[in-house]
Amino acid sequence: MQKYDQLVKDLAPKKFGIKGTIWIAFLVIIILAALYAYYQQLTKGLIVTDMRDYALWGVYISNFVFFVAVSLIGSLISAVLTISKQKWSIPLTRIAEIVAIASIIMAGLTIIIDMGRPDRLWHIFVYGRAQSPIVWDVLVISTYLFISALLIYYPLLPDFAILKKYYKDAGSKESKWYGKLSLNWTGSPKQKEILHKSIRTLAVLIIPVAFAVHTVTSWLFSTTYRPGWDSTNFGPYFVAGAFVAGTAAVIMITYVLRSTHNLKEYLPDEIFDKLGKLLVLLCLIYIYFNINEYLIPAYKNTSEEKEHLYSLFFGNYAILFWSVIFISFIFPVIVLIFPKGRKPLPMFFIGFIVLVGSWWKRYIIVTPTLLHPFLPIQDVDKAWHQYFPTVVEWTITFGTLASALLIITILVRYLPIVPIQETAEENNLIETAKKSE
Amino acid sequence: MENKKGDSRRKFLDNGLKLGLITAIGSIGLTKLASNLTAQSTEKSGDTMQLMTTDGKLIEVDSSQVEEVVHSTNPDKVYNVREGLPNRKFVMVIDLARCKNAQKCVKACNSAHYITTHNAWLKVYDMKESEETASYWMPTLCQHCDHPACVKVCPVDATFKRRDGLVLIDNERCIGCRFCMAACPYSARVFNWSEPDQIVAMAEMGEEAMHHESTPDYAGFPSIKGTVDKCDFCPHMIKEEKLPHCVSACPNGVYFFGDAYEDSVTNGEETFQLSKLLKDKAGYRLMESLGTEPSVYYLPPVDRMVDFEKGLDIYHELNPENKSH
Repeated sequence: MQKYDQLVKDLAPKKFGIKGTIWIAFLVIIILAALYAYYQQLTKGLIVTDMRDYALWGVYISNFVFFVAVSLIGSLISAVLTISKQKWSIPLTRIAEIVAIASIIMAGLTIIIDMGRPDRLWHIFVYGRAQSPIVWDVLVISTYLFISALLIYYPLLPDFAILKKYYKDAGSKESKWYGKLSLNWTGSPKQKEILHKSIRTLAVLIIPVAFAVHTVTSWLFSTTYRPGWDSTNFGPYFVAGAFVAGTAAVIMITYVLRSTHNLKEYLPDEIFDKLGKLLVLLCLIYIYFNINEYLIPAYKNTSEEKEHLYSLFFGNYAILFWSVIFISFIFPVIVLIFPKGRKPLPMFFIGFIVLVGSWWKRYIIVTPTLLHPFLPIQDVDKAWHQYFPTVVEWTITFGTLASALLIITILVRYLPIVPIQETAEENNLIETAKKSE
Repeated sequence: MENKKGDSRRKFLDNGLKLGLITAIGSIGLTKLASNLTAQSTEKSGDTMQLMTTDGKLIEVDSSQVEEVVHSTNPDKVYNVREGLPNRKFVMVIDLARCKNAQKCVKACNSAHYITTHNAWLKVYDMKESEETASYWMPTLCQHCDHPACVKVCPVDATFKRRDGLVLIDNERCIGCRFCMAACPYSARVFNWSEPDQIVAMAEMGEEAMHHESTPDYAGFPSIKGTVDKCDFCPHMIKEEKLPHCVSACPNGVYFFGDAYEDSVTNGEETFQLSKLLKDKAGYRLMESLGTEPSVYYLPPVDRMVDFEKGLDIYHELNPENKSH
């Protein structure tokens, strides 16, 4: 009984301390700066970016691809690992879903930021054409958001009921809200059966949708003729990279929450060990796809691909390209092979390296290609031959990243980070709690 | 219980269908009857009229039998901005052997479409097949492909293909996603990154021009911020039986414009049979392997100048920003 109470007390959401308040203030300042930058962009047009007729997509699109990529982690941890009965990942399901929801929301907003006429967004719904990959993307992303929202909400029902009781005992007003959200959850066998079935159905459903989300996103590029994008490999290449990015994000956030919320007992070192092994596997798969994606075109070296590949291997993008491959994908594999490398703190740094590398990886996929069109770039301003984001673009991009973190922070404030009910069941605490009641 | 329910529903459907059929047959019969009755009631007036049939025979009919018929409006013959001019298929032939980079086409296009910055729709490239060959000039514009990659990817049907071969943009609908620009292998499309600065150019045209409403068949008049522009093959000229601006502006007769159905192209002075011209001079299209089926044909740059001059760096001259320097 005492053990159960302790568990609920440990896992119940907590108010922000001073650190939390400073953190939120920091995020809000970045977001406000980004809003101001976006206001500039709205009034002056996309001229405030460094995009021009050749580099017609830039950091907004690569940032969008990054968000879509990270969002896939929700399906990996709470669906793939759950269905394959991996018990160690249970405490991570909520964090993974929170990350997924935050990034898929920001993916949707980021793509609007890139639009020349955001005021005409509704045209997509009125004049939408089934031939366009953008329309597929809109459909698939909204479906993914919807299923993800359900997948985070359903497992929360028992937790909300527990929190309702917990806060009632503590005399807090929040009890009422959690009560409403728990939808009269009593924990009867019938309710449990419905819940279990629904969660399982959703977990199965979300896997094809998640694959579709990132595959369709890759098609935004591979449906064109452009060198570097014209690839049949793009769908699986993107999906493989997405799992790498998402796992890195979850590792970092889990590490932070574990220390801020004193959850070492519930998120033990063992979890990091397993996540480390998972990341090795995912990185190896991704490296495999990279070999296919770059070395095979380089072997053929067609005139279209030649220029593009040269800029990546030896040209302007070489430092970035090789840093991402070696530091962010090969180096982590080497470190994580050793058990010491899979301890929480080294894992946090590895997660950071992989996540930053994953962000730049998307940048390298999106921007260099456009600077190597089929017809040469002639008779235009020198600046049009290059692309590097302007201050406005950086501010807005950091604003979107801060917004994702803010959404995560807010969800973490009100939702139990580690599922209470499932953890209790795992430790056979429910029965004892019931008995003593 | 459930079975019964199903049965009664089937019965109801059955009866409903029968009833519907009877009503339909009945109403057809009634209208037939009614029309027969009215036909019988008209009596001959005695006056006759002479009319000519379509095959030239003169016939005489009772004037009471003559009824005025509304002029047939064939929808195929009415101009619709999204359908195009009926029964036409516009093509262009560019004779690279004649191009000397005079840039008159670029100038004419820029002024006719109020293009004020350096994102000209018509570009003249300095091209070379390989290191060993001499250079030649290659003007490019929108290729008005029959399988346009840009139209395929547009999410809102803002860029569309007309039956007369033209690929146009509805700038009032474009959402500015720029997917079409990424899809186009010919780099034919440009974007209005800022509010287009066309006021000076349009003011010269008078007050009326300033309030011209954007229409797909007159691109750039006016351009709209945050949307895509490109060569429109000048449908506003074609409608008046005139040649596109680049064609008539070229002093060297590089551009030939015409109708593939009529199998003829003209540069204003010379007229050729399209199929024969392409065959005789080995006409080709750009990036044929992509399957885009362009409407613009090129004649190879024969007799090219060995002492190829880098020539006029006219882009600076055309660019108003640099003019002031």
